[in-house]
Amino acid sequence: MRFEWTVALRFLREGGLQTLMIIAGAAAGISVIVFMTAFLGDLQADLIRRTLGVQAGIIVRPAEETARPLRQDNAALPQIQARVQRLRSVDQWQPLRQRLENTAGIRAVSPVAAGPGLITRGETSKSITLTGMTPALYAAVTRFNEKIVAGEYRLSPGDTIIGSDLAHDLGVGVGDKVRLSTPTSPGDVYQIRAIYDLGQRTLNRAFAYVSLPTAQALLDLPGGISGLELAVVDLFGAEELAQQLQQTTPHEVESWMRANPQLRVALANQTVMTVLIRFFLGLVVAIGVASVLVVSVVQKTREIGILRAMGASRARILRVFLLQGAIIGVTGASLGCAGGYTLTAVMSQFVRAEDGAALFAAQFDATLYLLTVAGAAVLGLAAAIMPARRAARLDPAQAIRL
Amino acid sequence: MSGAVIELADIRKTYNEGTAIAHEVLHGISFKIEPGEFACLIGPSGSGKSTLLNLIGLLERPSGGTYRLNGTAIGEADDDTRTRARLETLGFVFQFHHLLPAFSALENVMLPGLMRYGAYTREVRTTAVKLLTAVGLEAAMHKPPNQLSGGMQQRVAIARALALSPRLVLADEPTGNLDTHSADEVFALMREINKTQGAAFLMVTHDPRLAARCDRVIEMRDGTIVADAPRQP
Repeated sequence: MRFEWTVALRFLREGGLQTLMIIAGAAAGISVIVFMTAFLGDLQADLIRRTLGVQAGIIVRPAEETARPLRQDNAALPQIQARVQRLRSVDQWQPLRQRLENTAGIRAVSPVAAGPGLITRGETSKSITLTGMTPALYAAVTRFNEKIVAGEYRLSPGDTIIGSDLAHDLGVGVGDKVRLSTPTSPGDVYQIRAIYDLGQRTLNRAFAYVSLPTAQALLDLPGGISGLELAVVDLFGAEELAQQLQQTTPHEVESWMRANPQLRVALANQTVMTVLIRFFLGLVVAIGVASVLVVSVVQKTREIGILRAMGASRARILRVFLLQGAIIGVTGASLGCAGGYTLTAVMSQFVRAEDGAALFAAQFDATLYLLTVAGAAVLGLAAAIMPARRAARLDPAQAIRL
Repeated sequence: MSGAVIELADIRKTYNEGTAIAHEVLHGISFKIEPGEFACLIGPSGSGKSTLLNLIGLLERPSGGTYRLNGTAIGEADDDTRTRARLETLGFVFQFHHLLPAFSALENVMLPGLMRYGAYTREVRTTAVKLLTAVGLEAAMHKPPNQLSGGMQQRVAIARALALSPRLVLADEPTGNLDTHSADEVFALMREINKTQGAAFLMVTHDPRLAARCDRVIEMRDGTIVADAPRQP
């Protein structure tokens, strides 16, 4: 292969500007591919975080109660009334929680007791979901601590955290007192310790957080919880993990993907779009490489004839041009990876969410770069097949006469 | 290896064979070239000299007849066999130099070695330097071809043709493009190499002066050999 390498490199060097232009073109195309690949994951993760608010990646809750008729035969037309779903605790949740904490792919586990409630101040009552949780664990799962806009993220018995719009509706602020009650308990007065803002009005009116024991008392779930919320390492692998967990527990395991099918479809569409764009960019790069090599074969017809006359076989000429395609691909991809990284770094400074948070971060992703370079080598080879076969088929006697 | 380097028996060549415009340009050529011979091929334009040379050089295939190279019939052999034979047995010198412009003079001469051994071995390099020195280009061997004069380029081409010690060097009007002085120098060089290295030469030429200095003159006209004689004393 030494002969092929030597000749391929010389031919490319001799190509001068032509070679530089096609490598630049390949690099530009590939840098956009790298950029899109790198930021897509970050962008979607950000979108999911914002849309889901405080929804966890996976939630484990008690399985629904179903009506079980005693008579299984169809002797009479059965009429089975669906059962009312009571608020129940996850059975044996302490050992389950320990097991989940030791499961690979799960970053954090937060026990939550949530149920319907009322928040009252003076004459005004608003219906809310009363949620009891342990602040540190809940923050690990939902990053709730980042959403606190006033007060302190802490829940002692007698403290509550409510959303900014609810606080506005009730005309209260940090330090004010409100009454929290539930269908099963007349409730008590709680002091507002902090105010959160999830960026959505409905969510900002929906919850009142209290400590876990407080919620257990108010919701009549002594020692129990309504669900275990799990933070997963791989957001997009949540459904798969949920299905695995479902095999090992009688409880209902639901991933964010199943709970929000519309979001999942939207994200899938976005992924398809970027895959298409990346595919066509790759195609354009391949066509560019092929066209430059076709021109090069014409320009080098005489040289190819000389090499053939000197004793270079068809296979060798074929390899010389295939190599040129691969070299252009690999060089373009290496520059493209550097370009893609730079593009991500620069764009992450300018493209920001409304609240100023970076939508994506420039990360050195070695796997992505290796795959890109390998892919570009294959792409370059493929693009070179047609020109290389043309070069190999040249009739040396005619080529020399030119 | 004994016996003739090449042996042609009733070689015919027809272009556009099997079509309405079929046209036979060689009508049964037969001759041999012995090792170490220095022969030239003369004749007017269109007499089939270049076609015959391309045939002998395995760049074209005969339409009929038998061609033996080193005693082996090679006219019908597959492309790889013919390519290998070109590399290992033959050397080419063309009228228009035909050096590779992307390679220096030395690299051009080392190319056949690179093809054969897959590397620029020490031996390949030593041979190339020796050959370039023999053709008087030791000072210019790192220059690219476009910085060399026509005569110098042709001398590089001769050195390249000899790189793998071929048994036969085919030269298609090697001096056709040179002034008289350079032509004489190049011709003298080929004669000397013929004597010292023992390679046989078959040279196409239009120059009667040079033809007169060859050991054997083969004259062609209209696709046939009209005269084949040792040089007149």
